[in-house]
Amino acid sequence: MTSLNLLAMVSLGYVSILFAVAFWADRMALRGRGARFMGSPLIYTLSLSIYCTAWTFYGAVGYAARSGMEYITIYLGPTLVMIGWWWGLRKLVRVGRSQRISSIADLLSARYGKSNVLAIGVTLLAVVGVTPYIALQLQSITLSVSIFAAADPTRSYNETGTVFWIASGLACFAILFGTRNLNANERHHGVVMAVALEAVVKLIALVAVGIFVVWGLAGGVSQTLARIDASPLGEWQVNGGRWTAITFLAAAAFVCLPRMFQVMVVENEDERHLRIAAWAFPTYLLLISIFVVPIAALGLELLPQGSNPDLFVLTLPLSQGENGLAMLSFLGGFSSATSMVIVAAMSLSTMVSNHIVMPIWLRSTDAFGGASVSGDVRSVVLFARRFSIAAIMALGYAYYQISGGGAALAAIGLISFSGISQILPALVGGLFWRGATRAGALAGLFVGFSLWGYTLLLPEVAGGVFSASTLAEGPFGLAWLRPQALFGIEGLDPIVHCVLWSMSLNVLAFCLVSVLSFPSPMERLQGAQFVHVFDHSAGPGGWTGSVAQSEDLMIMSQRILGPQEAQSFFQAAADRQGGQGALPEPTPAFLEQLERELSASIGAAAAHAMIGQIVSGAAVSVEDLLAVADESAQLLEYSSRLEAQSLELSRTARQLRETNQKLTQLSEQKDAFLSQVSHELRTPMTSVRAFSEILRDDWGLRPEEQHKYASIIHDEALRLTRLLNDLLDLSVLESGQVTLHVSRRRLSDVLDHAMSSALAGAESELKVVRDRKTEAIELETDVDRLSQVFINLIANAQKYCTAPDPKLQIGVTFEEQVIHVDLQDNGDGIPADFEKVIFEKFSRVTPERAGGAGLGLAICREIMRRLGGDISLLPRQGGAGFRVTLPIQTKIEEIL
Amino acid sequence: MAGRVVLIEDEANIAEAIRFLLSREGWTVDVHADGSDALAVIEAAAPDLVILDLMLPGKSGMEIIREIREIEAMAHLPVLMLTARGQLKDREMAERAGVTRFMTKPFSNAEVLTAVRDLNAQALQSASARGSG
Repeated sequence: MTSLNLLAMVSLGYVSILFAVAFWADRMALRGRGARFMGSPLIYTLSLSIYCTAWTFYGAVGYAARSGMEYITIYLGPTLVMIGWWWGLRKLVRVGRSQRISSIADLLSARYGKSNVLAIGVTLLAVVGVTPYIALQLQSITLSVSIFAAADPTRSYNETGTVFWIASGLACFAILFGTRNLNANERHHGVVMAVALEAVVKLIALVAVGIFVVWGLAGGVSQTLARIDASPLGEWQVNGGRWTAITFLAAAAFVCLPRMFQVMVVENEDERHLRIAAWAFPTYLLLISIFVVPIAALGLELLPQGSNPDLFVLTLPLSQGENGLAMLSFLGGFSSATSMVIVAAMSLSTMVSNHIVMPIWLRSTDAFGGASVSGDVRSVVLFARRFSIAAIMALGYAYYQISGGGAALAAIGLISFSGISQILPALVGGLFWRGATRAGALAGLFVGFSLWGYTLLLPEVAGGVFSASTLAEGPFGLAWLRPQALFGIEGLDPIVHCVLWSMSLNVLAFCLVSVLSFPSPMERLQGAQFVHVFDHSAGPGGWTGSVAQSEDLMIMSQRILGPQEAQSFFQAAADRQGGQGALPEPTPAFLEQLERELSASIGAAAAHAMIGQIVSGAAVSVEDLLAVADESAQLLEYSSRLEAQSLELSRTARQLRETNQKLTQLSEQKDAFLSQVSHELRTPMTSVRAFSEILRDDWGLRPEEQHKYASIIHDEALRLTRLLNDLLDLSVLESGQVTLHVSRRRLSDVLDHAMSSALAGAESELKVVRDRKTEAIELETDVDRLSQVFINLIANAQKYCTAPDPKLQIGVTFEEQVIHVDLQDNGDGIPADFEKVIFEKFSRVTPERAGGAGLGLAICREIMRRLGGDISLLPRQGGAGFRVTLPIQTKIEEIL
Repeated sequence: MAGRVVLIEDEANIAEAIRFLLSREGWTVDVHADGSDALAVIEAAAPDLVILDLMLPGKSGMEIIREIREIEAMAHLPVLMLTARGQLKDREMAERAGVTRFMTKPFSNAEVLTAVRDLNAQALQSASARGSG
């Protein structure tokens, strides 16, 4: 008989080997060696075998002994997933890599807009779901030890103490190798290697027991089959509902269990490994499950009634005196239990520390006003993880102590499975349905977990919570709320009942709320990133070696900085590092330097994202993208602002140029005007001065000469006055400050007045021809101003018309909106070269004939414009012709 | 010793004033108002002195003085230019064109008489100098 001492020594030795392997693997990984072996599909496939826990190792036989072939479903689920849904797993792995996902809670949180609530929820649910599972492992180890203890009466066996020490040891292992570093992207090579070794051990152990049973005890395959037929196993009927439900649960748990997610996604080195694992892992499952039925059948047959079928794997060799085989078997079970516990504790601790402990710690330090120093945070995170591992282990231990290890292993496992699988709708929906929202995920999880707790967890595990009457008649006597016959559906297996209700309502709530709620922009972006992960992320290749990275960085930098600058920058960095060749090692310092260099060209966010993409092999994160977008938006806005400003500047410049031209023109016009005014003033002044001097100096003038010269002085003085009046008049008209005195008068009256004024005193030969009938129009206008225009025109005709019988024809015509008064004389007309400037200031046909300074017509034009009309030359037809146009805007009444 | 003056001036009153003054000094004054045929009038009269207004109908005084100087017989003919435009650039232009004396309106009678006497004296001096040379 194997003594407990020996068992303890073997166990310790085995654990030491595990420690050594894990330590060695970590060292190798640190030195960058052994990557090909440690990162191989073989190790990946073996690490997946943590799916096969002590439940599988011991419990499957027990399961088969109790329920026949149904245990197959536990293996069927993962097999179906690996073979039929490997592409979905590949998507999961790709998402995990590209988003740097650290756990399943992290994944769901990331998918649904970095939701903290969701992460906390999933974490809590995972802890609740997995704790019984950890307890289960502890229980299996205790049970197996107790078998040896029973066989070794020389020693008193302290069960509680054993479990405590085992739990502590496992916690130490997980802390040592699971929290060595922080980066979620770094793989836990030590743990994975140890897990792989344990996978081999448990397979060998179970296969060895199987071979011993089939060929050693039964005496061959055919005899074995015969004995199976003879055993109660052959009598078990297949329960279709349970089969479907459990297969589904196993498949869901395989994807959703935190430890499975850890090895399958987080520890994945290369997503191509999935292709090999897709057939290799089912093969492993086949090998480990193939001897379950023979062991169960022979255990039932050979071992005494009442023996725990969960321990047949151990007790069968022991009963045959095969102590060595029993020891191997024990190690297999030990391996199954420890590997599961370590990885589960590790993955749960990541979730607990990241989503619960750290947020609380950060908030509390914020409350104390302490700044989060980076070094501080690092040690806090490490402590949080280690503390979480210890806490989870303590929780499992406590659960084991409280539950008393009574329930069958398989039952606990299934309850755990159905709890964890509530995550599935939100997970699969998040991967394939962009419409899935955070609210939907929360609703589905809440509904699913509530129902799971109400219909399965509380009645089955903590049966004391519900009284017998509650179970039988429902709470408060509400029959339709009976935990195991919800809505009156009776007669179902509790598992099937739970899966049916929790999963269907979970999916329903998830879909319904998703459809009804609106995702935030972050959720939309993340949804697109997840669902279209293959369009966005880098290829399947793993991150290998630093030289390739430096090359990638070089290529990228060349594109941004230009080849020469990039090469000299890299060369300088390489020289500084003291290495050989032109490419520097991508040390953090170098990367930081490069990022700064690149930010100068493309902005900080873009530089960070690009370097991050190359260095970590991850796709650009949404925050990076948003930051880049923000930056580009700012740049865009800035440039459009600049553009607008430059447009405005050029417009202003053009306006300035135009204004300048106008000012120059005005200045020239002013000079010309002043020069003209000066000339017009000096001329009469000259005469006045000359003749006044002549009169003063007494040249002995005759009286008629005196009179003549005095008259000249007088005329010239009048001329000066006229000129000044005209200038003032024009200035007032041009400045627009003229006040119009509107009154009503007949056109004929206006013309009468103008004629008498213009022709008064002149020995007039001018004959004015008018048609008084057409002139009988009442005008409402500034009559004096209009009259001034007519006076000017009639006076001009009188002055300039040189015909022998000067004649001025005044005609009135009407047009749509205006009335025309045409004044046409029969003289020589206006010289052709003069027509263009006739209305300009100081323009005179000949000074000799003109009494004025050439301002008359300019004044006329200004007046007509003020009156809303115009004055123009009539086309040449003999004499000079002017057309005065008045608008009908001023009320005009025809009195005919 | 007074001679013949041709006065080209379109302002009748100014022409009358100058005519009065110079005739009292003993000059024979031919008054002409139009610029276009002024040169022909001057050539025909062969005066001892020309008084020329700058702004004339038909042809400006500036053009007329240039034409006068192009004719050899009148290269040294004293020309007094009158203008109501008192701008410096007009004076410079006129002097370059060959005007002997430049006066801005309005002027005093004494100024006109002094100018005419000076010009006459200078003309006599230079003529005798040319004659003896």
